[in-house]
Amino acid sequence: MAVDAGAFATGPSLRRARLRLSGLFWRRPWLKAAGLLGPPLGAFLIVYVGALAILFISSFWTVNSFTSAIEHTWTLANYRLIFAGGQPYLHIAALTLEIAAAVTVTDAILAFPLAFFMARLAGKRTRALLFVMVLLPLWSSYLVRVYAWQAILSHNGALNWALNGLGLPDQNVAYTNTAMWIVFSYLWLPFMVLPIYAALERIPDSYLEASADLGARGVRTFRAVILPLALPGVVAGSIFTFCLTLGDYITPLLVGGPSSQFIGNTVYRYIGEANVPFAAAFATIPLAIVGVYLLLARRLGAFEAL
Amino acid sequence: MRSGCGLKRPHRVAIIEHRMATLAPAASETEPVAGVPAVRLSGVRRTYGEVVAVANVDLEIAAGEFFTLLGPSGSGKTTTLRVIAGFERPDAGHVELQGVDVTHVAPAQRAVNTVFQDYALFPHMTVAENVEYGLRVKGMPKSERRSRAEEVLDRVRLPGLGDRKPVQLSGGQRQRVALARAIVNRPPVLLLDEPLGALDLKLRQEMQIFLKELQRELAITFVYVTHDQEEALTMSDRLAVFNAGGIEQTGTPADVYEHPQSEFVAGFVGVSNVLERGGRRVTIRPEKIRMTDESGGDGEAGTIREVVYVGMVTRYVVDLDGGGELVVVRQNLETSSQEALAEQGKRVRLSWRPEHTYEIEKEGT
Repeated sequence: MAVDAGAFATGPSLRRARLRLSGLFWRRPWLKAAGLLGPPLGAFLIVYVGALAILFISSFWTVNSFTSAIEHTWTLANYRLIFAGGQPYLHIAALTLEIAAAVTVTDAILAFPLAFFMARLAGKRTRALLFVMVLLPLWSSYLVRVYAWQAILSHNGALNWALNGLGLPDQNVAYTNTAMWIVFSYLWLPFMVLPIYAALERIPDSYLEASADLGARGVRTFRAVILPLALPGVVAGSIFTFCLTLGDYITPLLVGGPSSQFIGNTVYRYIGEANVPFAAAFATIPLAIVGVYLLLARRLGAFEAL
Repeated sequence: MRSGCGLKRPHRVAIIEHRMATLAPAASETEPVAGVPAVRLSGVRRTYGEVVAVANVDLEIAAGEFFTLLGPSGSGKTTTLRVIAGFERPDAGHVELQGVDVTHVAPAQRAVNTVFQDYALFPHMTVAENVEYGLRVKGMPKSERRSRAEEVLDRVRLPGLGDRKPVQLSGGQRQRVALARAIVNRPPVLLLDEPLGALDLKLRQEMQIFLKELQRELAITFVYVTHDQEEALTMSDRLAVFNAGGIEQTGTPADVYEHPQSEFVAGFVGVSNVLERGGRRVTIRPEKIRMTDESGGDGEAGTIREVVYVGMVTRYVVDLDGGGELVVVRQNLETSSQEALAEQGKRVRLSWRPEHTYEIEKEGT
């Protein structure tokens, strides 16, 4: 105490100021929290929440079809148009949702055995190697990977070359919904592997031993112990795969066909046509879907595994 | 050696018979057979790469015995238990349960149940679901396993907690759920891996008494792993002292405590009081040594180097003029802490009756 007081009185002014500051932080812990959280939280509020709020508000405006000027009068016209019969918008939303769901299920089925092997069976070196292999694609450009798939799936691409080599007929996968499903499943697979891996890795060996000790064989232990404890990881991974697919518009553009319109593509088109209010209204649809999905995921305990 | 602790008291017989009727293993193959050891290990060896965890362990545990594997950490006691459970496969040797060789039988098919050190309760299941797990695996109807689980939860003094999740329980309660989950299956042999290690002293002492009573009433074999010598002495019918992957000595608590066969056992079970006199190494238990004033009578002369007041007793470390040191324990019958601590540096004489000394092998011979 006495030493500190001495330093306080006689030390250089910079040191004195720092001591005073650290003393202040020690007496008022909330100041430290405010200092750490303030800048990122402020930026987040202005940029992210602000932009979302403006988007939501503008979805209740319209565009004058003659002058292309935005009319700031409150109306539900945009939403009415989306849900109106005979319009393509519900069909587009349904396709987006279907592909997102298919990609999520596919990735869960592909990722689980891989994550299980990595977390519980592989040795240290094999595990590290698999980690690199799972993460490696994420270090290259998204566009490059999608174009690579375009080359694989195209009529004269690697897929048909391999099929012909095996004496099998050509497949016309390129520019179809199937192509989108394959490419999306490939793109988002790492986002499913990692949370499942984390969940499986956290299960202590003693749980599996206890299950065996109580008479359960492998399948039973898997169903009754491993799967329920890994489920939050699967749900956490599905949030990534589902939301990333739902918001994408580049993959449908590059590997999808003429009927492979996603919500994102439509939004993109309407913004290009300067109809921001309708684009905003249509962009609210995936937002609502994701909101509902997150609520369900929270119920399944997904956020404990993140 | 076959122990009959419970049978010594006539009033226990009725309780045992009652328990045998309600909780004894149902399948005939798991029924204890007279004369056949419940557990038998012969030549068991287990290595992890270069490290030898268990080297050539032979062990016979009689049916109905409370048998303790005692030793410091890394001595091989837990590995031995895991070999009996089937979680570790021995590199060499055989494991027999009720006379049947189970060396190559998976844990799920062995007639033993385990209480794990970390309890290993399934966190996503309720207490009742945890307890019923083994019965559900066997395909027992829901109503029957529900009543069996309730009965066992009563028995471990956790009535009405079946709907809780393990995280909502205290450490002591979780420990008893782990116990209930194992004994509900009525195994002929129960394996306990340092089950009280995580509990505080008072709870641990309560649970020691409770486990001992439970073992008598269920009349099943307990194989108990601990590093706590006091726990081993209090609870066991017999114990094996492990050191460096092997068994140093097997016997009843009194046997091991009073007749330690090696310096390690003398030191680990109790206080290491080893003296070398005339080429013989002998051990004397601290409470068997009489400490008198230097002038008073005969015995070895020495100086009190250290005094430790431990409440009920005072522990003295005495440097002997003839070489070596001995620990002496005296009850604080009339001594206060002030008086005891003032004795530091005092000259004393130590004497003991020759029948209280035991010759031991030299370390490393």
